[in-house]
Order: sequence, then C-alpha cells, then structure tokens
Amino acid sequence: MASYTLSINSKKITLEAEPDTPLLWVIRDYAGLKGTKFGCGLALCGACTVHLNGKPIRSCQTPVSALKKLAKITTIEGIADNNKVGQAVQNAWIELQTPQCGYCQSGQIMAATALLKSNPNPSDVDIDLAMGGHICRCGTYPRIRAAIHKAAGAIQTTGKK
Amino acid sequence: MATPIVNRRQFLSFTGFTGAALMLGFRQSAAAGLEILNLSEAANTFEFTPFIIIEKTGKITIINTRPDIGQGVYQSIPGIIAEELEVSLDQVTIVQSDGQKRFGGDQFAGGSMSVRSTYQALRTMGAAAREMLTTAASQQWKVPATECYAENAKIMHRPSGKSLTYSELAESASAIEMPKNPRLKDPKDFKIIGKSAIRPDVPLKCTGKAVYGIDIAVPGMVYASIEHCPVYSSKMISFDDTETKKIKGVQQVLPVEKVIGLYKTIGVAVIADNYWAALKGRKALKVTWDHQGNERFNSNDYAEKLRNLGKTEGVEEHSKGDFEASFKGAATRLEAFYETPIVSHSPMEPMNCVAHWKENNQLEIWVSTQVPGDIVSDFARDYGIPPENIKLHVTFNGGGFGRRLFNDVVVEAVNLSKAVKKPVKLIWTREDDTQQGPFRPMTFSAMKAGLDANGRAIAFQHKVISPSIDEGLRTGYDVTKPDGTMTEAISGQEYLIPNMQNRYVHADFHIPLAYWRAVTSTTLAFSHECFIDEMAVKAGNDPMAYRLGMLAPESDAFRILQQLKAVSNWDKPLPKNWGRGVGHWLFFAGQCAQAVEVSVNKTGGIKIEKVYAVIDLGTVVNPDTVVAQVEGAIVMAITAATKPGITFANGQTEQSNFHDNIMLRIGEVPKIEVHILAEGGPNIKGVGEPGLPPLAPALANAIFNATGKRIRKMPFSLEG
Repeated sequence: MASYTLSINSKKITLEAEPDTPLLWVIRDYAGLKGTKFGCGLALCGACTVHLNGKPIRSCQTPVSALKKLAKITTIEGIADNNKVGQAVQNAWIELQTPQCGYCQSGQIMAATALLKSNPNPSDVDIDLAMGGHICRCGTYPRIRAAIHKAAGAIQTTGKK
Repeated sequence: MATPIVNRRQFLSFTGFTGAALMLGFRQSAAAGLEILNLSEAANTFEFTPFIIIEKTGKITIINTRPDIGQGVYQSIPGIIAEELEVSLDQVTIVQSDGQKRFGGDQFAGGSMSVRSTYQALRTMGAAAREMLTTAASQQWKVPATECYAENAKIMHRPSGKSLTYSELAESASAIEMPKNPRLKDPKDFKIIGKSAIRPDVPLKCTGKAVYGIDIAVPGMVYASIEHCPVYSSKMISFDDTETKKIKGVQQVLPVEKVIGLYKTIGVAVIADNYWAALKGRKALKVTWDHQGNERFNSNDYAEKLRNLGKTEGVEEHSKGDFEASFKGAATRLEAFYETPIVSHSPMEPMNCVAHWKENNQLEIWVSTQVPGDIVSDFARDYGIPPENIKLHVTFNGGGFGRRLFNDVVVEAVNLSKAVKKPVKLIWTREDDTQQGPFRPMTFSAMKAGLDANGRAIAFQHKVISPSIDEGLRTGYDVTKPDGTMTEAISGQEYLIPNMQNRYVHADFHIPLAYWRAVTSTTLAFSHECFIDEMAVKAGNDPMAYRLGMLAPESDAFRILQQLKAVSNWDKPLPKNWGRGVGHWLFFAGQCAQAVEVSVNKTGGIKIEKVYAVIDLGTVVNPDTVVAQVEGAIVMAITAATKPGITFANGQTEQSNFHDNIMLRIGEVPKIEVHILAEGGPNIKGVGEPGLPPLAPALANAIFNATGKRIRKMPFSLEG
C-alpha cells in the first residue's frame, strides 16, 4: 500500500493503493470518475483510454506506481475543459449521433482528440491507424470516421477566424 | 384470473412524486384488446402499465419499459408518446421501468420488437392524454374544445391566443372521462416520428455521463471475482486459498453457484474491498476440477460428428408438394454442405452485477439487462420471495446482442450477497466472458435442389444439423420434434418453389448456448442464400434475376430486391477484378436484402468495397437510428463471417480475449449505404436484427462472382 498524488482533470487527488493497481481502477473507484471504462484488461480494446500529458495511454495496463507525482491525467470528463479540439470532437460526435450502446465511446473520443491535436487534417488511413486499437461491437465505425472528419473541419474553420 | 391489487404508494415512491397529477396507463387483454386507463385516482384492482405522469410542478415523466442496449429505444419509445402528447423530449424525464408486473409483461429488449409491438398502444395513450388536457382547458375557459389545440406542453385557444400549461391542467385533466377512441395525429403533422431526432442518451454517452451497470457503486459494497472452470460441465472438487488470503484487501473466499438455463456450475469467488485485490486473489487460487471427460471436447471432432449426422434423416420440419419425387426426376440436381462456427456475443461492457440481499428477504439489484421482467419474476420464484421485495435498477446496457437476456451473473451476485450479507459488486473479466459463453451455436446445412430443363427450381431441401439452444434452457425438450429456433425461417422465405421439404437433425451439446443478434438466421441465411446462388449459377442466370424470377411480383421480397437492384446499380458493369453478390432474408425480426461489391488484388486478397442494404419497415420512428442499426449489424456480420470465431480444444475455448477473439476494426469497414422502405401501413417490421443475416451470403456470393471460388464455410478469410 502506498500513497499517490495525481492531477486528474486539473484536480489534485491523493489516494492510497497497491502499487500494481491499474490507473483504470484508480480513476474509476478511487477518484469516482466512471466515464473511463473497463473492456478487456489487456489494452486490446481502447475503452480505458485516458490522456497522460495530452497523449493517449491505456489505463488498464498502466500501474499507478508508474506515474510521476502530479502526473497530468485527462479523462473523458475533462476532455472539453479549455480544449477546443475535445469540444469539437464531442460536438461532432453528438451531431452525427455516433454512439449506439456508447460503452466504447469515451475511449474513442479520447483517441480522436489526441489524433486531431497532433494531426488536424487526418486522412482516412491516418484514422485507420490512430483508431484501429479501439473496438466498437455495435459497429459505429462509419460514424466515428465521419465525426473525426467533421471535427477536423470545425476546428479548421474556427482556427481561421 | 387473479388480478393483483396495485400498491399506489409503492408506485408513487418508485416514480418519486407525491402530488396530484394526470397519470395514464394501459392494459391489454385478449378479451378487451387495448384499454387506456386513467390511474390518477386511488389504486384500482387491476394490473396497469403506467406510462405517462404529468405533475402540477410541470414535470412530465414517461416510463420506458424497454432497456436501451444501443438500439435507440431511450428515444424512440418515449418519442412515440411525446408525439401524440405534443411535447418535445427535452420537456420529458425518461425513467426505466423496474421489472415489476405493474409495468406489464413485456419489459424486455429483444426480437427487434420494442418499437413495433408498442407503437399503436403508445400513440393511443399519448393521444388520450392530449385529449383529456384539451377538454380540461376548454372546460376551464368555457369554450368549445374544437377551438383548442395542443402544442409544446400547452393547450392553446386559437381565437384568443390564451394558453394553459400541462402542469396547470394536470389536476383537472385527471378528472376528465377517458376518451374511448382518441384521435391519432395525421402522420404529415409528425414532429418526432419519422424524423431523425437527437437521442437524449447521445450527449450522455459522449461525455462519460451515461451510467452502465458496471458504474454502479453503493455504500458498504464489496467486490467479487469468480474463478470459473474454463472446461464446461466440470465439477469443483476443492480449492486452496492460502496464497489468496495473503493478498491485502481480500476478505473471503467461497464457492458460488451459477445457473444458466439447465446448467448449474460452481465457481470459487474471492471477495475483497477493491476490485483489483479480488482479481489478484482469484488468480492466486489453486482450484481442482473434475472435468468429467469434457476435457476431450474439441471443435474438429464435433464438426466431424455433425458431418456424420448430416448423413442421417433427422425429422421433418416442413413439407410442401413431393420433394423426393421431384428431386429425383429433376433435369439438374445440386447438393452442397455448408458449415458455420460458434461465435461469442462479446458486448463491450463485460458482464457484471451489483446485488444486495437485505434483511426481511429484501433484494436490491443493479444491472445492465435486457430482461427486467424476467429478473423480477424469476428471482421471486427461485428464491421464494414476493416479487414486490425485489427492487431492480436497469441501467444503459454496454451492448446486449442477446447476451443480456441471460441472468447467470445476477444469480452469482445474489448468491454471494446472501452469503456475505453485504452488497456485492461482481465483475467478470473479458476472459470469463469469452470462455464461459453462452455462445451462438454453429449450424451445418445439407442443401439439395432440383432444377427443371429451364433452370427453374422445382425441388428444394434445407436440412439443418445443429445443437439446440432451447434444449439447454428449459426442461421438456423433445428430440423427436423439429426445433423451431434452430430451423427458423428456412421454410418461410417467399421463393415460389413447388416442392420443398426441410429437415432438422439434432446434435447433443454440453455447453450453454444462447440467442445471438438475429439468432439462427445468422447462420441459416448463409447456407440458404449461398445455395440459391449456386442454383442461379447452375441455371446460367444472374443471381438477382434468378431470385426475382422465383418471387410473386406482389411479394415483399420482390419489392425489396427490385429496390436493391436499382440502388446498387446491379446491371451496371463493375471494374475489372470486382464482383458483386446478393443476399436476402425474411425472419421473425424483419426483412432486409443486401448487395455487396468486392475487389480482388494481385495476391487474391479480397476488399469489401461497398455494401448496399435495403430494409423494409412499414413505418419508421427514427430513420437515423434505423441506418445506424443496419450499419452496425453489417459490421457485426462481417466479423462473424470473416474472423475466426470461437473454437474448442481440450474442452475449453481456444480464445480468451480480443487478441484471439478477433473483432472488426475501423479500417476494415466498407462503405455502407442503407435504404429504408417505409410504405406505411400497420405491418411494422423490426430494426435491430434484420441487417445481419443477408451480409454473409451476399459477401460470399460476391467473392464467387469475382473469383469463381464457391465458399461453403464460415468463417472465410479475406486475405490472399
């Protein structure tokens, strides 16, 4: 058992957990943020995706002890905070009615936001690669792709203003 | 028939309101048909299904008896009521029903039934409420009701422009006599039905706010992980929890029973104060199982068994004309044997449940489920407690696909809570989910057809060889009778073939099987529609023309295939190294036809270029939801057709997680174009499942068209 201090969505949180506890369960059960999901436990499905210093990581395979003190974690609950890309992604997702059951969508949105931050105008092949680690059993893939293109367009338009 | 007294206090506490209000429900009976009921007064002595509550505070509540599993009923069901009630869904609070009998006998999500089976009743009820509110306003104003109309949760007086809100009218409206035949809106005036409205669950699902069963936490809760034997039908002999108990947070280790259908198995549960400790504790267990010989079970041997059974007669499922004679005398005879695999449901939310067995036999359950009604009635019966003692909370389901029709995880959680006397949160691992099933069964098909000199089909036989889903679910299964579930729809296709005899050969199985999305149609349509294609090719006909030539022009299939022919530009030549194929299926859930275009590369690899789908609906509530459902069904079908599926070796699945139970990824999805046929009329067909069955045959037929290679086995690889 050890003490860990993290920054989750710009809020400082200190907690006690076993060093090998995956960040996923720390976020869900210790910080009480349920938007990040458990899907497979082996980083194969993407449902547990959060951002560490803006980059997407699989929280189910990241032990809490591997994080630096006050490591900057962003979850789905905070992805729109001061983040025009995150807001654009969520807006596009809603406009295109992308989710069906919705369970995988937090991870999809986190990955899409990271993609558009680093590549504001992704091609379909870029999308295949960046999003290929995420499983959607409901099959919303066509809409995920369309929403990423839509968000990219919205960000570019806003940027030009 | 005994009619239970409705407990008004319980109902009020369920909905959380106390004031006077307009409360409407309905009752359906064989004798009286549909009756809309005014439930605003004191409890009456009959069963009712309350759906609309309008309070003086302005709150409008609509109760949804269908769990949302991604099929959009969170919007479509309340939307139908809201349409007639003249409110928008922003003005409505949607509450999921709790499985209690007062909400009716149809609290489930399955069979693509949710919207089409309630459409008429919900419209009538919404219209009745609207008329009572209108009458109340007209009485208050002392004006003719014809001068009043409803709009936006208000009754308006056309000549003067004055208005009253529904909240102001709720109390007086509740005293108005029920209209016998409320007037339904003219579809041309629809604001919600037939429009692609924003679903209220969508923003929640995009911001991490939607609550699933796995998200539930209650005070005093402990966590559980259960070691299940991966070899099915094994006995738990003993377990050693020495290492487990050393893990910080572990509180208890105990055996627990799981029940699914007729299958009862024991697992070993680790209880801890956090999930990670429970999981680690479970992995540290040493359990001794007696596999009872089932460790010898493997897919290869079982497939051989099915092939051998395929040579036997089985039982007759359906007969028309004289198949034997016409087949024997046919100018051309064809025979083919088709094989399909077991697949898993694999919803993205792993199975889980929170259960709290409290004092005085009170039971509270929180779960993602497709069957709230079953949970209340089954657990009351099986645990010997009154149904009213069960408080069930139904959350959004992170995928259902038929897996969440089964309550094995609820049984385990309830059993654990009863034993440890605390609320227990049970979470299955993805490995549990992949290995324990229940699974969609394989079907093998022995196909025969006889063609006349002109290539017309005059004799047809589809003989299904398979294990049975229903046999494992209920006692009383009769192997001397054909199995309706395992032979579904093979005798119901609209092709005009004068002599047909379909048969079923039953095979034993020892692992739980379940209804998958589109159930057995997902395998039978492959065999059936690929074989129809073989017949077309043998007859030297274009497969689309061949099918149209076998259909009555007034049939639904003819109309759908004509539309598909048009939208897919069927007669237009394709580029070099491309091919196209067609598949069509009519079954309990609805009707859909698809055309698939593929291209072949230099190494023989197949790319699915495009899928055209025509789904026949009758009436559409949310067209956008329909398109989404068909797109999703196609993705699921491509996965089942082209990915390895579930295989067994040494008694257990060879697959355990998504590294070997392969799911389609975004880069593998073709362009999909969905067309909706909605010609109106009372016959509404389903949405959630029909998009699945036609894909596999259309794809296999397209590959034949492009390569000349006939595919008779699923899964088939697209790689070169």
